[in-house]
Parts: sequence; C-alpha cells; structure tokens
Amino acid sequence: MRKRFLSLVLVVLMTAALCACRGGKSGTEASPGSTGEKINGGEITVGIAADLDTSLDPHVSSSSAGTREVLFNIYEGLVKPDSDGNLIPAVAEAYTVNETADTYTYTLREGVRFHNGNVVTVGDVVYSLSRAAGLDTGAALVSDVSGIAAVEASDDKTVVVTLSAPDTEFNSHMTVAIIPAGSDPDADVVGTGPFRFVSRTPQDSVVLEKFSDYWGVPAILDKVTLKVIPDGQTMVMSLRSGAVDMAERLTTSQIAELSGLNLLEGSSNVVQALYLNNDFAPFSDLRVRQALCYAIDKQAVLDLASDGHGTPVGSSMFPAFGKYFMPELTDYYQPDVEKAKALLAEAGYPNGFTFTITVPSNMPAHVDVAQVLVELLRPIGVTAKINQVEWATWLEEAYRNRKFEATVVGMDAHGLAASDMLARFQSDSGKNFINFSNADYDAVYAQAMATVDEDAQTALFKQCQTILTEQAASVYIQDVASFVALQNDVAGYRYYPLYVMDLATLYRHE
Amino acid sequence: MQYIIKKTGVLLITLILVSMLAFLAFQIIPGDPTTKLLGTEYTPERAAALREELGLNRSIPARYWDWLTAFLTGDMGTSYSYSMAVREVLRGKVAVTAALSILSWLLVTAVSIPLGIALARYKGGRFDRISLSINQILMAIPPFFLGILFTYLFGLLLRWFVPGRFVPFSQSFWGCIGYLFFPALAISIPKIAKVAKLLRSSILHEMNLDYVRTAYSHGNSRWMVIKDHVLRNALLPVVTYLAMSLADIVASSIIVEQVFVLPGLGRLLIASISNRDFPVALCIVVIIAFVVVFMNYLADVVTQYVDPRVRLS
Repeated sequence: MRKRFLSLVLVVLMTAALCACRGGKSGTEASPGSTGEKINGGEITVGIAADLDTSLDPHVSSSSAGTREVLFNIYEGLVKPDSDGNLIPAVAEAYTVNETADTYTYTLREGVRFHNGNVVTVGDVVYSLSRAAGLDTGAALVSDVSGIAAVEASDDKTVVVTLSAPDTEFNSHMTVAIIPAGSDPDADVVGTGPFRFVSRTPQDSVVLEKFSDYWGVPAILDKVTLKVIPDGQTMVMSLRSGAVDMAERLTTSQIAELSGLNLLEGSSNVVQALYLNNDFAPFSDLRVRQALCYAIDKQAVLDLASDGHGTPVGSSMFPAFGKYFMPELTDYYQPDVEKAKALLAEAGYPNGFTFTITVPSNMPAHVDVAQVLVELLRPIGVTAKINQVEWATWLEEAYRNRKFEATVVGMDAHGLAASDMLARFQSDSGKNFINFSNADYDAVYAQAMATVDEDAQTALFKQCQTILTEQAASVYIQDVASFVALQNDVAGYRYYPLYVMDLATLYRHE
Repeated sequence: MQYIIKKTGVLLITLILVSMLAFLAFQIIPGDPTTKLLGTEYTPERAAALREELGLNRSIPARYWDWLTAFLTGDMGTSYSYSMAVREVLRGKVAVTAALSILSWLLVTAVSIPLGIALARYKGGRFDRISLSINQILMAIPPFFLGILFTYLFGLLLRWFVPGRFVPFSQSFWGCIGYLFFPALAISIPKIAKVAKLLRSSILHEMNLDYVRTAYSHGNSRWMVIKDHVLRNALLPVVTYLAMSLADIVASSIIVEQVFVLPGLGRLLIASISNRDFPVALCIVVIIAFVVVFMNYLADVVTQYVDPRVRLS
C-alpha cells in the first residue's frame, strides 16, 4: 500500500515536471514580432471589457466610449477620422464652407453602398443629419450637431447644411453616422462601414462580418467576434489560453502576466483627473483646489499606479489634440508640500479636512489612481476616503445630480475639435458636472467659438485651457496608458488619437 | 392528495411573494434606469420622455400588477438595455445554466452515493480515515476557487480545454459537454464531499438499530445488511438533501460561469442589476426562485410518498 502510494506521488511529480517543460517551451516559441505571410480573410475573436450599449443606434448610443469604438467599424459619416486624427472624406467626397462659417456644402462620393446593398443618396444624408440634429422633434439626438438650422439637398449629389450660428469646427462633427432614409437603427443596424453587423448575444458576444461592397480599402478579415469579458483576470486567462486573439485597454498589471504575446503600448486618449465639485465647501475656495494641485505629484501617481506608464497632462486636453495641447501647463503646479500646507492654512484649513473620492468600481485605472491620491494627500493633512460605486450609480449621483465631492474618471472626446474637451466647463453647460463657474472662461470660450481665423481661434482655446489650470478647476493628472495584446499570428493594429478600435486593418499571418 | 394541494398553494404564494419583493427591491436600489440608458447625454427632457416610454412614471403597485399579469400570460416584457424581448435575451442562456446544473447534479449523485456506501462499509479503516480528512477539506473549498484552479491546471498547463472558449449544443453535443465538464466538476466536488459524509453517517446511524441486529442474526454479512436492509432507510435524508441541493448548484453555476466564461445566466444577471435592466433581472430572479421553491416542493412530495409518516405529522 505504502509503495503504491509512493509511486502515485512520483507519477504526480513527473507530470508536474512535464507540464513545466511544456510551459517553458511555449514561452520561447512565442517570440513577438515574427511576421510571416499575410493571410487574406479568416476570423478573430476580440475581447471587450463591457457589453455594447442598449441600442446600436449611432445617433443615440454615445454614452459609452466602448460602444462608439465598435460602431466606428459599422457606421461612417460624411467625413471620418484617420489614424493620425485628420478628417478624411468618407460618404462625402469633398466639402466647402462659406466665409462666415455658417453654411457647409458637401458633395457625395459616387457609388457608396449601405450594407443592405442600396446606394447612398442625398435623401439618406438629409434624413440622417435631420434625425441627429432633431430638426423634426426639436431635441437633438447628438448634441454636437444641435447647431444645425436646416439640411437641404441642392441636387442629387450635393447637400447644404445651414447653421444657426457660425462654427468653424462644425466639419469635425460631420462624423455623424449616415443611415438609410426612414430606417430605425434600433431594429436594423445598417451603415456604410467596412464591417456589417450580423448578430449580438447580450452579455456574451457581437458578431461582425466583412462588407465586401465597401467603397474604400476593404477589411482583411472575413469575420470578427467581439467577446464580452468584464473581469480583468478572466481576460488575461482567455488571452493566455488563446480563446481571445486581441484585447485593448489592458492595464500594467494585466500585461505583466502576458509575456509571450505581442504587446503594444499607446494612450487611451482621455484626460484623467481628480475632478473636484467646485460647489462643495472646501473646493469652492480656489486656494484649496490649488493646494491639492501642489500636493499631487503626477509622476508619483504614474509610478505608483501604472509603473510609470502614461502621459501627464495639465489641463483638459490630451496630447493627441496636437496644436491645442499645451505641454507647458503640465508642470504649472510644481509638487510642493509646504506651499500646499500654506495655501490650506490661508484658506482656513490649517489642520486639513476630510473628503470622499467617488470612483466607478468597474474601471481599475481610476480606482488604482484614487488609492495613490489618498496617500499623496496625507502629508498635507487632507484625508481622502474612497467610495467605489457602480457605473450606473456614478452616472446618476455624480454626473447627473452632481452629488459628489471629488471623483477620478477620464473624459474622452467624440472628435478632435477643441470644443469636445472644453465646452462642458461653461458655467451653464448641462455637462458641467464639476460646477465650474468662471465668467472669464465663458467669455473666452464664446469668443473662440465665434472666431473664424484658425490661429486666433487656437490661441483663444489655449487661453481657455490656461484658465482651467490657473483656476485649478480640477487636479489634472494624465492621459492613461493603454496596452493592446495580440496573439502572435495577428497583426495590423493601429492606434488612433481617439477612442476608436479599427478592425479593418487587422489580419492574421503565418 | 390534500397534502399536495396544500403544498402547491404554499408554492404559488411563495413565488408571488418573491417576485413582489424582487420588484420592490429594484425600485429601492439607487440608480434610475434612464440615467444609465442616456449616460453622459442625459438631459431632464430626454429622461422624462424615456420614463414615459418605459412606463416608469406610473405607481409601483400598478406596474407590478401589469408585470405580473403579462408574465402569467407568457409575456416576460422588454429589456431596457437591449431593445429585445426578455425571452429573446434569455434564449440559449437558460439552457447553458440548466445543462451545467444538471450535469453537476448528476456528477454529485453518481459519485457520492457509492462513495458514501463504501465509506460506511469500511468504517474505521485506513480508506475511511484518509477519505474523511480529505472530505473535510474538499467540503470547505468554494466552487469558484476550484474553478480558477482547474482553468490553470487543466486549461493553461495541461491544455485539456481552452479556458474562455465554449461550443454550444447546436454545434456539437460532446464538445459542449466537454466544455461543461470541468465547471461541473468544480461545482460538484464540495457537494460530493458533503453528500458522501451525510450518507456515511446516516448508514452508520441505522447500523445501530435493532432491525440490523436481527438481520445479522439471520446470518447476513455486513455488505448484505447494508445493501438489502439499511440503504433504503439511510437514503431518505440523502434524497431530500440531493433534491434541495439542486438549488444550491444553480447558485454555484452562476458564479462558476464567470470563471469559465460560459454564456449562461450568471453574467447577464449581474450585468442587468448593475445596468438597472429590471425586466431581465426580475425574470432571472423569478426563474431561480422557481427552481429553489419547486425543488423543495418536489422533495416534500417525494419524501411523503416514500415515507408515509411525513404525511401524517
């Protein structure tokens, strides 16, 4: 009996040793960057952290960035962003704008087809834009295009858009999806993009297939399955097992377990900040907000929360915005504990105070940063407590009711117009959840929107950002690093300066 | 017969109470469905329009009554989060959870009964002592932890299956069973330990009774006594336990599904609660409540047929 038991132990040990060898071998086989013959066609599975929104109506489902980045492959506007952030013609071939920047004229590209086989007509464009701007209902579905006063077809390939006020940035909002006239996207997901929607299973998967009549460079893959995997650890396991071929927006702790896969680093294109409720008692005082800015060392946050990955920012703008981004604001507040304490004392809080940071629990990048902030605020006598809430609760309590003291989240942009990042801080904006109120800011912003000259306008937008920094509207931290993991036979991933996942360029190779 | 009618009445009342409480609970938890649906595009006007559309501006009792009458006629309502009927959202997912639960239950039954008998048969021996101590440990391990262990050991190291992948029934019956096997094992191991121990002590309890001594005096061997006389009596509490444990198994399935990324009810339930998608959450809660209550009911009815004393008391 004892002998038999011993031999059993030996067998178990040997199996374990064999497994160990096997594990080691697969590790060396998987050398990243091995490029073989590109395969045309095939299919891949992409892991996504959250299921897509309620409806796939491109004019409505603008609430979650995760949905928009998938719809990018299905729908197109008159123009669309390329991977450098430039707007390139899509359904429209060209456009002209009049001198006062209140009339835009678009010429349609010939032979663009919808996924249902029909050719896109001016009627479809007029319908789509009117629907998005709410010309019939009075309530715009897409707030970015609420400035449209009228949309008319002047001939069978020209559409004229008239605005109620001049807007030099209007063209960047024409990424609004073009859908078939009279269609209800809730029931029929039909666009003009390189992929067409096939099916979805709630909380499980979404299936897309290549659209072979695409007007531009067609997709390389035949089929993409998006698999919903909300748990970060399960995502790692699925990547290691090969059940998932690609996943985006991974954290440093996740990629630490993914050696052997092809890992790429880029940025998330968000402004992550400790957003302060400017109406909440201590934060209504400029000196207190500034004290927090002096206390929080951005580099320390990056080092502790994400091993130094990420790009520090100093105002409500991330680097992908190019000419609008102001790197000089990043170090506007040099970390200085003594100065922070002095400011607090001046404001009447010599012994500090206590406040709560509300964080959405499903976003590890923000939860981790909040934990570091608690430590960084301790030296100046400020005690921060973390309150993790569900995303739905965050939206209702913090965003809608503005019942919060401080929160860590990332704000992203729908397009690369400066207004995408700055409009919300106008005192009367419905999206101004931090209750920032500054007459100078409102005046400069309004002036910027009305300015036609590009350089003058850029200068004004920069002035807006400077005001946000000087007024310490919030403690701006970073553009969060975003990692992409690909199996070694998948390549072609391209980073965009926006929250976009372009599936059309992905391919498998030998 | 009267007993069954009474029990059926209790069953129905319990189900209605559960649905009522669940309905009420979803009204109380913070987070309005319209906030989640509109996200950062929220404006009071659009929220009001949406509330009207979803019928949220009516009183709670009125809405409950509408829901109940529709549910009883087979209309489970429409999901807030997905513009589909709840029936459509649940399609396929109920089957996965049900298959996983049934497979786990069969595993429990098939392994624990022979094991329990063997433990009792060799009571006090080395097999019994070693098994009992292992049993004690296995009983305490939560299924999700075993699941994580299995995905690493059998999935990532041995590569017997691909964690995160799943083949539906419609594609391959055996492929599907293959992917359900390890999750089912993770769920059933703690239960097997419990049932085997229960059966062992139940048999040993019976062994001390007078009728066993009589059986021995007739010249029966220990094995014959257990097989022909004791087992029938000893199985009674085990049958009850097995019937009721199916409810427990369904609950474990919901958690283990997450670990193995199975497209069952589990994640849908969690997601529908955090998305405030009440029609879906309510429907799943009622389905699960039905399973629990119905299995209890079945256990009662079966026991009273096997053992008429229950009916009399």
